[in-house]
Amino acid sequence: MSVNAVVPAPGTPFVKRVEGLSGQKVLKCIQCGKCSAGCPAAFAMDFTPRQVMRALQLGLPSDELLGASTIWVCLFCQTCSVRCPMELDIAGVMEALRLVAIEDKHPAAQKNIALFHRLFLWGIARTGRLHEFGLGGMFNVRSRQPFLNVSHLPKMLFSRRLPVLPPWPWSKGAGEVRRIFRRVQAAQKASRGSHA
Amino acid sequence: MPKYAYYPGCAVHASARDYAVSAQLVCQALGIELQEIKDWTCCGASSAHPTSHLLGLSLAARNLRLAEEMGLTLTSPCPACTSRLAGARHELRDPAALAEVNDILGKDFGNTVGVEHLLQVLSKGDRALPVKRPLGGLKVAPYYGCLIVRPQKVLGFDHEENPQSLDRLLSAVGAEVVPWGFKTECCGAGMPMARKDMVHKLSGRILAAARSAGAEAVAVACPLCHSNLDMHQGDMKPNPKMPVLYFTQLMGLALGFSAKELLLDTHFTDALALLRGKGLA
Repeated sequence: MSVNAVVPAPGTPFVKRVEGLSGQKVLKCIQCGKCSAGCPAAFAMDFTPRQVMRALQLGLPSDELLGASTIWVCLFCQTCSVRCPMELDIAGVMEALRLVAIEDKHPAAQKNIALFHRLFLWGIARTGRLHEFGLGGMFNVRSRQPFLNVSHLPKMLFSRRLPVLPPWPWSKGAGEVRRIFRRVQAAQKASRGSHA
Repeated sequence: MPKYAYYPGCAVHASARDYAVSAQLVCQALGIELQEIKDWTCCGASSAHPTSHLLGLSLAARNLRLAEEMGLTLTSPCPACTSRLAGARHELRDPAALAEVNDILGKDFGNTVGVEHLLQVLSKGDRALPVKRPLGGLKVAPYYGCLIVRPQKVLGFDHEENPQSLDRLLSAVGAEVVPWGFKTECCGAGMPMARKDMVHKLSGRILAAARSAGAEAVAVACPLCHSNLDMHQGDMKPNPKMPVLYFTQLMGLALGFSAKELLLDTHFTDALALLRGKGLA
């Protein structure tokens, strides 16, 4: 094994993209491991936060990170970021990795988490506010788990804590949110076009 | 009389109705006016910003702009919303980002509005609380969750590792606050659909820690934490059977409101037996 294997490579285009999106310099990381030690989701990750930072420092192939469970099970609880002695926003790096994975349409290692976020935004884009009943129903159908969390329904409905009807989609707010979605999409299309 | 632009957020508006009702009652009793932002919409929550950065900022900015128009500081009982709104405000200090978002909104937003979680509003200064029925030494574990105090450089409230504001409020209404180590550990956030196993593990250990610290109940300040700790408790093995109450419900009890007015009968894990035992319900 070459000694060079542990010497950080100059940032690959992928690493530079992650650094640009997160505003963080991965070479600042001193690999102390405080992020992984405090991470509540580490038990469900394939790469711990410290390993993610190391992979970026070494410029490992992007597929490894974009295809990892880590970027989907991260809860964005910010524990790693506030404990980092180098003041790196590690949760911000996770967010950047997820943004890249979505932009590049990389298959998600955690299909149900990706599905949840897609359905969440699908609903917001239509009614401006979250409709919990609708989101739960759609998630159960699309993830093929018809009985997931169904045992909670009677009590939630009976105590009037789960409105069955969706928020009014013709409200002023819902209309403005639809316009925000359209304009953001157009702006992103334009900026991708100019990069290409 | 202090007045705030009130942003309930989607969960508090619906599934956490008990939080909304108790928050309103407590604020009324303390002479704080919560004026709901007309036509508020989703802040983008945990789905928008890791999907599209610009979308997350724009959805939050729409609500910030409405509060700015009211000329009031925005307050929300939901830490996830507060975190998204305060986070957007922080990022929009960059004039280029602000210009980009204003372009999307088609409005002139100046990014001058303050953002505070309801706990921050209620724990401000040395407000004398008109306690009618002290909680009689009810042993409570104060649970802050992730996003009320993190990150400090965005929120500027309390302490990231060992916050005290909720401790002080609960002591002021006669509860006995137990010291414990899980004040700011994560409960599993928005995962109860996609990764229920994670919620059971993370919330389960929080409830176990509260139990071993000698708590009789857990006080929360977040609709997601409440749903994970209360609603999903019944599916955990073994069932921790630990009542989980909003801090506004505990304050409401002490300020003289009944358990029914505070919707304490809508919880999954029964809190009423404990409260009756203490003569509080």
